[in-house]
Amino acid sequence: MSVIYVLLTISIVVAVFFFIAFIVSVKSGQYDDSYTPSVRMLFEDELVTKHKSTTMSSKKNPTK
Amino acid sequence: MNAINCYHCGDDCGKTAIKTDDKYFCCNGCKTVYEIFSSNDLNYYYDLQSAAGSSPNTLKNSYDFLDNTDIIEKLTEFNDGEFQMVNLYIPHMHCSSCIWVLENLQKLNTNINTSQVDFPKKMVRINYKANKISLKELVLLLARIGYEPNISLEDIEQKKQTTNRSLIYKLGVAGFAFGNVMFLSFPEYFNVTIAGSNDGEFWLNQYENTFRWLMFTFSLPVVFYAGKDYFISAYKGLRSGVLNIDVPIALGILTLFLRSTADIIFDWGSGFFDSLTGLVFFLLAGKFFQQKTYSFLSFERDYKSYFPIAVTRINSNGKEEAIQVLNIAEGDRLLIRNEELIPVDSILRSKSTQVDYSFVTGESEAVHKTAGDKLFAGGKQLDGAIEMEALKSVSQSYLTQLWSNPVFQENKQSKFQSLTDSISKRFTIAILSIAAISTIFWLFYDPSKALNVFTAVLIIACPCAIALASPFTLGNMLRIFGRKKFYLKDAQTIEQLAQIDTVIFDKTGTITTATKSRASYEGMPLTIQEESLLKNTLRASNHPLSRTLYDMLSAHNILTLDEYEEYHGKGVIGSFGNEQIKIGSAAFVGDKSTNNASQTSVHISTNNHYKGKYVFENQYRDGVSELFENMSKTMQLALLSGDNEGEKSRLEALLPKLTPLYFNQKPEDKLKFIKSLQQNLKKVMMVGDGLNDAGALAQSEVGIAISEDINVFSPACDGILDASKFKNLYQYVLASKKAMSIIKWSFALSLVYNSVGLYFAVTGRLIPVIAAILMPISSISIVVFTTVMTNYIGRKLA
Repeated sequence: MSVIYVLLTISIVVAVFFFIAFIVSVKSGQYDDSYTPSVRMLFEDELVTKHKSTTMSSKKNPTK
Repeated sequence: MNAINCYHCGDDCGKTAIKTDDKYFCCNGCKTVYEIFSSNDLNYYYDLQSAAGSSPNTLKNSYDFLDNTDIIEKLTEFNDGEFQMVNLYIPHMHCSSCIWVLENLQKLNTNINTSQVDFPKKMVRINYKANKISLKELVLLLARIGYEPNISLEDIEQKKQTTNRSLIYKLGVAGFAFGNVMFLSFPEYFNVTIAGSNDGEFWLNQYENTFRWLMFTFSLPVVFYAGKDYFISAYKGLRSGVLNIDVPIALGILTLFLRSTADIIFDWGSGFFDSLTGLVFFLLAGKFFQQKTYSFLSFERDYKSYFPIAVTRINSNGKEEAIQVLNIAEGDRLLIRNEELIPVDSILRSKSTQVDYSFVTGESEAVHKTAGDKLFAGGKQLDGAIEMEALKSVSQSYLTQLWSNPVFQENKQSKFQSLTDSISKRFTIAILSIAAISTIFWLFYDPSKALNVFTAVLIIACPCAIALASPFTLGNMLRIFGRKKFYLKDAQTIEQLAQIDTVIFDKTGTITTATKSRASYEGMPLTIQEESLLKNTLRASNHPLSRTLYDMLSAHNILTLDEYEEYHGKGVIGSFGNEQIKIGSAAFVGDKSTNNASQTSVHISTNNHYKGKYVFENQYRDGVSELFENMSKTMQLALLSGDNEGEKSRLEALLPKLTPLYFNQKPEDKLKFIKSLQQNLKKVMMVGDGLNDAGALAQSEVGIAISEDINVFSPACDGILDASKFKNLYQYVLASKKAMSIIKWSFALSLVYNSVGLYFAVTGRLIPVIAAILMPISSISIVVFTTVMTNYIGRKLA
């Protein structure tokens, strides 16, 4: 069997894998709200910060 | 010294700032929220965005109805007794701090498992342990930290609307296939000779069939899944005798697919699978782009969004119970608390009350009612708790009956023929004749090429660029308008806006502001002491008119009144030293002079001597006069008001001469008025604000609701305009006209591409690579052209 068939198979398998990943992510609702996650990722993980009020900056664009 | 702003909500603290932890607060409510947050390690809230909070109001609603298991069942999305999940709409949500604190609710109460915010929709989804914290406690917790959810009748009526994601799927499928087909047809691009001949590259010719059949496989889901809407729409159009834009598109897709399949079966060539998948992908991308929705706004609201879920009924034993509004029957005795909405037409049983009908009429003045008076549904009760007897059920009340008018069931858009559709009719006919003529020519000249030419014409003439011009232009305009606080329901509204020749305005709340902030004094002049006493007495009163008057009067020293008494619905009495002042209604103060009922006034007497009155005036929005002046040049204007003629002379002075003014118009009258204009072939835009305009807004070609706070209130309409932008309305109409001319220019541009393509097609020289180059180039240049032009228009908008 020619190497072309191997390459084609690999490329299509990879493509289909990503396609399925896309379908799954749409189905799970990832594309329903495209705004909130962009804000959420900027939050600090640690809630209890004793050194606060020095970081009183981060004025984010309030609403869209 | 500078004014101190509240650390929590950012409001001016005035003279009564409360100080804790070196921070100032405007009221105890804000301080409490701060204390809740700081004792639960939620101080990050203030770091994220300063002064993001809202001061928690004294609870507007009692949430007793949330104890009712029936209602809980209907509100929760998931409920197994132990865990419950609920979606709540929180109007106050407005910044990143809000998102953060609402997603950290579990810090406030450990019985809350998770909470997730959907910011564009202003919804929070909370998952909690139902046996530890009830829905009512949860809602009260949210209210206590200033995020009171809005729970209305609508929430239980239509619960789970599934979001329609099919367009994303289709776009994904088409994009996936497009990319792969492009990749697979690449070898053919470099091997442009006909298959089977010897002068191509050997290894490409050898694997040709594998590549081609793979492309065929990829194009199957594109044609039969992603593109199926075009076939359906074309079929529907043909059946009703309309040649819409989808007819040539469907024809193009079908021809592309059949011709390409025949090509590879009979080994005539590589087929046009790349163009086919690309075409569908671009078309769907255009559709996706046009589909801009403001999910936090609702354009379909009816009275259900404003009505509460439950009210308190007093049953025959004299006991109070929560009952669903929909189950109210004639003769039920209902208890309506302060600030609650009257859900049904009923008769007042308590002694007296004040009802605020601003929801219904836009009129901000509360109406005084006494025992035995009829109360119409939709009013807000402002005076303690009252008892009333229901006369009708909810759906039969005076206000809600408006919604049984057939105009609310009709779909406005289906009647409308868009510019694209009217052009596509001529376009389709032209293409079919070109295809026919060239085929006949080739039948005589070289019959072997006839079929080739026929399909090539249909392929190349597929109006991809035309179909893209309108979604991209209108989609862009929709976004630009949105940035200018003019929110339209969909792209088609812009087309309709461009055709408007008649504009009807509502008066109260539309061209006037909701708050009356101007008053003039009529009567004997007040002495300095009297004025000081007046100001200090008003200071203690919470009545809206007192607050307005207080803000208007010049500053005086703060006195501590010796006596102060407030009579609900009548007025206030205050005294200091020997001076006594009475402020309130004419009857309360003792005015015997003529009483003009159409005026809103506050009367004053000192030591039982009548002094005079402050007459409040409707304040017209900025630029009303100019707006009417400008619009009257090209359009017919009229004013429909539900009010009496009290303001007629002022309006006549303000508006251009001969503007027709109609007063005492009931909601049905407004609807009929618009209908009669439409029968004279007028394209009508209705500009209104209240539920009483809902019928007229639905009947008109374009119904625009004016709203002071876009999150709070607007009846069903085609567009919501922020009140601060009212004076720009005419500019927006002109901008939509310009947008339509952009679309026409894009049509001209795409016709140029089509003629180039047709040249190749008619002469029988169309090979796949030309189609594959021409189609994306024409599509992309149209997209670029419309984007640049719409942004140019947008920049000029105020």
